[in-house]
Amino acid sequence: MTCADYAWTTVKVLGAIGFGLNIAGFLGWVERKQSAVMQDRIGANRASIFGFTLLGLFHPIADAIKMLTKEDMHAKSVHKPLYGLAPMISLGCGMFCLAALPYGGTIEFAGRAWTLQPIVSSVGLPLVLGVLAFGVHGIVMAGFASSSNYGLLGGLRGASQMVAYEVCLASSLAGAMFIYGTLDLQQAVLWQTQHVWGIVIQPLAFILFLTAGAAITKRTPFDLPEGESEIVGYHVEYSGMKFGMFLMTDFFESIVVCGLITTLFLGGWAIPGLNLPAMGLIGGLLMLGSFTTKVMLLLFLLMQIRWTLPRFRFDQLLDLGWKNLLPLSLLNFLATVWGVYLWR
Amino acid sequence: MTVKPVSRPKHTFATQIYLVEVWKGLAITFRHLFVNLFRHTMRALGVKGIEPGAVTIQYPEDPAVLGKRARTRHRLLKRDDGAPRCTACLLCETICPAKCIRITAENAPSVIVEKRAKTFDIDLGMCVMCGYCVEACPVDAIHMDANDVDTSTYTRKDMIWTMEQMLGAQPKPASKIPS
Repeated sequence: MTCADYAWTTVKVLGAIGFGLNIAGFLGWVERKQSAVMQDRIGANRASIFGFTLLGLFHPIADAIKMLTKEDMHAKSVHKPLYGLAPMISLGCGMFCLAALPYGGTIEFAGRAWTLQPIVSSVGLPLVLGVLAFGVHGIVMAGFASSSNYGLLGGLRGASQMVAYEVCLASSLAGAMFIYGTLDLQQAVLWQTQHVWGIVIQPLAFILFLTAGAAITKRTPFDLPEGESEIVGYHVEYSGMKFGMFLMTDFFESIVVCGLITTLFLGGWAIPGLNLPAMGLIGGLLMLGSFTTKVMLLLFLLMQIRWTLPRFRFDQLLDLGWKNLLPLSLLNFLATVWGVYLWR
Repeated sequence: MTVKPVSRPKHTFATQIYLVEVWKGLAITFRHLFVNLFRHTMRALGVKGIEPGAVTIQYPEDPAVLGKRARTRHRLLKRDDGAPRCTACLLCETICPAKCIRITAENAPSVIVEKRAKTFDIDLGMCVMCGYCVEACPVDAIHMDANDVDTSTYTRKDMIWTMEQMLGAQPKPASKIPS
């Protein structure tokens, strides 16, 4: 690797994190407005700059300013190093996953090949899933370090939920990975450009992955670890930007899950009928645009689900994970393997 | 009263796998979302005859919408000759469960009524809005239909309304932040 390669990788990683931060801020607005419009309300519309409210788009900025300037309070009895580390682990894991997504393929431009995937790895999928699962350490750590019974209980709920759904998350992808014959996210997209989109050959896996993915983002109807107002969650002792980091983690994980669904089931950066890698710079921009559009549509769907369904009871949640999703995803894998074996 | 049998929801296979019901719910919320988005857009573009996309009342800018029978701040009524109807019988003061009414009586100059109120103060900070004073009044002198809900003040003392203010003869001065 030359210096230019390192610089390009740095730019890509920063771009990916910027992508996540911007969409997370935008999601704050989407969350407010979408829930308001579907509930016949107007939603937050008062934050203004020089009298312009811009449909309430300044509210995320106001949120960020509020969280950054708020007093950073904590109880005397907290375990200070872990207390500070917990939100960093949560957010850091989300950021890493964002940087491993394939935002685009490889394009030829200015006499050089440019890969639009920040962290190129031949084991991209296990890497992303593993780091996503590692994020639960932040939750358990937060519950443990805040020396509050409610926080600890929320952390434990989070841990058992993550364990239940990470298993489904990985096993529902087994069939798709078997067909693609690779664990590299970029190769999975290339396979889909050459054959068909994953949602066509693995429709059940798509639904299972969407459900399990919604569960690991810890948002309603799977928000038992948090339960802001009713069943107090792991971040009860947090305030200011540390709380904001937990809040952002949820959005980051949503983006990562939607990015994974896009990559594995919706053809990633590909646009049907267009050979994007051969189109140079325009192809690269189209790749980014296509990927972003697909992710945003999925986020829109997840947001709608979040505001439609009520929260599960905890035993229902575990039943859904262990008794329904896991057997179904294993069956899906077995059926896929047999189908491929008989077909060949 | 007859017993009305209510059928229990049936747990069919379609409801138990949950997926169908999720999409039914999503269909409802998506319909609301797109219908309201369409209405908001059409109204923003100035198309006439479109229903509003939200039921929200932008309260401080737009007036509060109250029901026809809303029970709001007290209002004292006048006789045909312009004098207050109140005869200072103290029934409202007696029945008031919050003890927020304070009346002092004096002899009335006219021959129609014996007495009239010299002062008639209601402390809205103590009032529980029960409406007993309206029910008790034998001469229909007090109503709770001023439809005025902006009654908050900066001090407890400013919550007290005098007779002139409740008659509408004199406006209530704006409450000032205590220094």
